[in-house]
Amino acid sequence: MDSKNVVTKLKRNNLLGRGGANFPTGLKWEMVKKAKARKKYIICNASESEPNVFKDGFILENYPKEVIEGIKIALEVMDNSSAYIYLRKDYYEKFRNRLERLTEDLPVTLFKKIGGYIAGEETSVLESIEGRRPEPRIKPPFPPQSGLWGCPTLINNVETFYYVAKIAKGEYQNTRFYSINGDVKNKGVYELPESYLISQILEETGNFPNFDFFIQAGGGAIGEILLPNELNQPVRGAGAVIVFNRGKTNLFSLMKKWADFFLEGNCDKCAPCREGVFRLAEMIEKEKIDKETLEDLFFVLEQTSFCALGKGVAVPFRSLINKLK
Amino acid sequence: MSDNKKIQIVIDNKKIKCLNGQTVLEVAKENAIDIPSLCFHPDLDVKANCRLCVVEIKGKKGLHPACSTKVEPGINIITDSPEIRKARKINLELIFAQHCEECNDCIWNFNCQLLKLAKKYKVKTTRFFDRKKDYPVYQFGPSLIFDSSKCIDCRNCVDICQKQGVGFLEIKEKGHLFQVIPSKDKSKDCIYCGQCITHCPVGAFEAVGEFEDVEKPLLDKNKIVIFQFAPSVRTSIGEEFNLPLGSVITGKLVAGIKKLGVDKVFDVSVGADFTTVEEAKELIERLKNKKNLPMFTSCCPSWVKFVEFYEPEFIPNLTSVRSPHIILGGLIKTFWAEKENIDPKKITVVSVMPCVSKKYEIQRKELKINKLKPVDYVLTTRELAYLFTKHKIDLKKIKPQKADNPLGVPTGAGVIYGASGGVMESALRTAYEKITGKNLKELNFKQVRGMKRVKKAEVNINGKRVKTVTVNGMGNAKKILKELKENPKLYDYVEVMACFDGCVGGGGQPVPTDGKIREERARGLYQIDTKKKIRLAHKNPLVKKIYQKFFTSEEKIHFICHTKYLRKKKEIKI
Repeated sequence: MDSKNVVTKLKRNNLLGRGGANFPTGLKWEMVKKAKARKKYIICNASESEPNVFKDGFILENYPKEVIEGIKIALEVMDNSSAYIYLRKDYYEKFRNRLERLTEDLPVTLFKKIGGYIAGEETSVLESIEGRRPEPRIKPPFPPQSGLWGCPTLINNVETFYYVAKIAKGEYQNTRFYSINGDVKNKGVYELPESYLISQILEETGNFPNFDFFIQAGGGAIGEILLPNELNQPVRGAGAVIVFNRGKTNLFSLMKKWADFFLEGNCDKCAPCREGVFRLAEMIEKEKIDKETLEDLFFVLEQTSFCALGKGVAVPFRSLINKLK
Repeated sequence: MSDNKKIQIVIDNKKIKCLNGQTVLEVAKENAIDIPSLCFHPDLDVKANCRLCVVEIKGKKGLHPACSTKVEPGINIITDSPEIRKARKINLELIFAQHCEECNDCIWNFNCQLLKLAKKYKVKTTRFFDRKKDYPVYQFGPSLIFDSSKCIDCRNCVDICQKQGVGFLEIKEKGHLFQVIPSKDKSKDCIYCGQCITHCPVGAFEAVGEFEDVEKPLLDKNKIVIFQFAPSVRTSIGEEFNLPLGSVITGKLVAGIKKLGVDKVFDVSVGADFTTVEEAKELIERLKNKKNLPMFTSCCPSWVKFVEFYEPEFIPNLTSVRSPHIILGGLIKTFWAEKENIDPKKITVVSVMPCVSKKYEIQRKELKINKLKPVDYVLTTRELAYLFTKHKIDLKKIKPQKADNPLGVPTGAGVIYGASGGVMESALRTAYEKITGKNLKELNFKQVRGMKRVKKAEVNINGKRVKTVTVNGMGNAKKILKELKENPKLYDYVEVMACFDGCVGGGGQPVPTDGKIREERARGLYQIDTKKKIRLAHKNPLVKKIYQKFFTSEEKIHFICHTKYLRKKKEIKI
């Protein structure tokens, strides 16, 4: 494979990272490729752990060959590189044999993820593989400059590697994988155009509700709450759409679930996220929301958190409270 | 890391020249621009977790931590705005809700950053309930207390403990939050260096008895109370009374102690002169017999504990000479007691030390002399300052006095013990003269001085090259031991102090402590040495006299000046 060609193709196809941050994949590959170093690393991030997001598991189940093909291309493009597949615990158990077989002749190591949601954040992944407590690093330097053990490192999501393989073969049709869940008839993962609006996705999959509803778009924790009149936009983040029956959903229970998820899933390193989430959960637990305190917590979470997790915590709560309460 | 390229930036509409790649916080500090920073300590890597140092950058969205944001040409920074104030206020309120205040009994003594910031940012300190109020208090041996209900999770203690090569303080997940806790691992134990105390921004660590037991040594009216003060205290305690950094205030310190109503005030630096003479003797002996080389210093009890617990194979390398205050305590209860015709049982010896490990050292059984501990109490520099304040003694105003005879006049060599390299330099001065029989012309061994962590130097004595290394910071000592395991002949003489820059950076010293402060404290000590007429330990008239008149046999010398070390099991069980 002509490696220069790959990066150009990734750029031309405007592939964006599918882990949720939408960083241009071609640019990332170019940075790692151009970095001068004796050793480079490639990491396939299969840590998928936001609630109601399950498309990476689906891809590993159904298209492992394509994913490995994507990793193989990266190994060829990046000089002196070897790779890790960083798998959430149950994915590790489930796909280990298959992935081992597929990577027999490749410098690829499977790594079982330890830790919660934050352990999937790209620099936490590095800490985790290096044997430390998974928590985010100060950026810059970014992983393509200095990643695993200080070496230039390419971290892409499972789905991104899948599409790298597709692009290399000229089979990419600007699609992405959507996890659809909640109060719907046809739960599951669907591969549809990335330009699709949420309403289109629901209709095409036969999931458009015939009852009063709202949805959470992106991911089941960090995703924004949208009302039926806000569905004329594409899905961001990790590509999940969760439908809620408005009449049957207890909003406090829902918020409690999110709060518990963030309490468990954050790393507690920085004060605003550690303490802010704790106080937010406390308020929701008591089902007594003080608007001023709530806004103050959102403010420091968004403005001063160390990483994107803390910065994103406010999104679901604020949108739910503003739109539904 | 900066690349030494000068650039121009703007902070608060002021043009400032700085180095490319410095952090915003570094540049601000250099230019006296105030940015609050709780978790930042110049001894440690930037963690950026307290999020109080947030600033705005023109043209960039949101707030950015000054401690981890690097400057670049043309960057335009704003350090104060309604948004910044709001963020700092709320984050402070969240931090206060982790910290059970006990301001009346805190090593920061109302000089606390949290408290100042609370005022400045109009913080409602009780906005949220204290979530840590039931968190445990731990005691580490006779030296340290860790009250985890005050901990704000900044992890400076964990980082410094790691940097010391000890790793006794750990982060443990408890439920969905982590706690800082002492390790249960059998292979990890506290060495009592107390660097956690001086690196904690909120007083979660303190010495045992700080400050509730400071009066204890003065209470027994039937005792003769003798205070002796360590070398480094004379250039650090002034900080507690707003004197300039590094002020040499030996006389004021003595006067202050006398005003407490104690019977005598002696100088531990005199003890150091004895340590030097014995240590030089032992070094010469070992060099001659090529036995148990390299020889290690042993004045630092944390270093001794480190060797005994972590690296017992090196126990034979430790010099058997006792540390200065232990020797002087022993002399007080023998030589001086005899001279004054006092029953040594009636004497209370109190050492004022820059150190919390010394509280541990005085409990070592093998140091006893005629069943008595050479030293009965250790007060830290901070504790003595507190005691002074309680007794309304202001060192700024007090008239200096001289320490008492006969154990009050040290040489310059005894004073520099307080800085990294001091023991090495003192011993080399004496060893040189003893080996060559000549007068040493250049007394300043500059290669072993200074703020570097590892100082390697070869010294030519009578044609023989003595290979020395002077180390401060236990983590660095660990590296030297690793070198020695591979190549045992790498050095002849090794000085180790557990704390950064030696005792000037000790765990009992005033807070805050950082590199610049330690440097000033050390500078004061070398100033004293330079001004002294006698700068060689063996030329101290008192030392000569005691060797002639009192140390009449090797046994007697050994009895008072030497000790032994034992392999140690974990002492702190949680």
